[in-house]
Amino acid sequence: MSGVMKRMGMIFRAKANKALDRAEDPRETLDYSYQKQLELLQKVRRGVADVATSRKRLELQLNQLQSQSGKLEDQGRKALALGREDLAREALSRRAALQQQVTDLETQHATLQGEEEKLTLAAQRLQAKVDAFRTKKETIKATYTAAQAQTRIGEAFSGISEEMGDVGLAIQRAEDKTAQLQARAGAIDELLASGALDDQSGMHKDDIQAELDRLSGGTDVELELQRMKAELAGGPSAGQQAIEGGDEQSRAQQPQDTPRFDKQ
Amino acid sequence: MIVRVMGEGQVALAESHLAELNKLDEELLTEMETGDGPGFRRTLTALLSRVHELGEPLPDEALEPSDLILPAPDATIEEVRELLSEDGLIPGP
Repeated sequence: MSGVMKRMGMIFRAKANKALDRAEDPRETLDYSYQKQLELLQKVRRGVADVATSRKRLELQLNQLQSQSGKLEDQGRKALALGREDLAREALSRRAALQQQVTDLETQHATLQGEEEKLTLAAQRLQAKVDAFRTKKETIKATYTAAQAQTRIGEAFSGISEEMGDVGLAIQRAEDKTAQLQARAGAIDELLASGALDDQSGMHKDDIQAELDRLSGGTDVELELQRMKAELAGGPSAGQQAIEGGDEQSRAQQPQDTPRFDKQ
Repeated sequence: MIVRVMGEGQVALAESHLAELNKLDEELLTEMETGDGPGFRRTLTALLSRVHELGEPLPDEALEPSDLILPAPDATIEEVRELLSEDGLIPGP
């Protein structure tokens, strides 16, 4: 029995490898077949070479016999010229025997030549077939390798695709975390605003500025109080006059102020 | 040897560690089959942390066929059982 790891691995592999039988690699079979064809081609070529050698030997023998036959013909002619008809007869009968051998050899030579031509043609055809097979074999191997790589990639991805369910979960987690961070940021802003947390960024006011603001705020309050008091004292129309008067006063004060600066 | 932890990615592991991991893995299978939930959680956590300790994480862009596959750390016993019984593809024990 195998553990969870192996069984899960097996399931993924089974899914990815349906198309491929891992037990037998067709590439090896193809290479073996090619090797066999090469051997056969080699045998045929050796056969062609053997036949060609035999043919050459026959040709040498034929040349020898023909020169011998020529010699006997000459001897016969000379014997006749010398009046030795018996000698001439002997020479010619030997030549006839030789001629018979020559004819036999010529037949053999023709047969061998025909065989050699046939074998040469067969070797050429076989060579072409083996070449074609080699090309096809390489194509099949390349296709197989590509298919295998594709399956492996498919396998790697099928493992990943099984995890796609997890991606939704991961997004959920990321969203939760973002919301949590946002909530935390909001809380920090509130705490900073209330003064419970010191701000290290320098964006918020320091205590001196806060005191100054408080003071200036106080001044505003004092000013407002004075204005309201003046309003109440002079009534609504008086208040209106007071504002206008104030304007007149500030305009009137301007020339007075200037000499004061000069004195200083 | 490449081990995939679902939801995490792949880890390269020396074969010498396999015997140790296999023991935990067998335990995990037994707990899954007997329905021992707490035991399953404990063993899965132990197995995954051992894989992390012993293994070298593979970069995310690496595309290697996994030799072994482990469930995600938060996978429940039911989820793993479902994964293993899928399509009837598992060869018999």
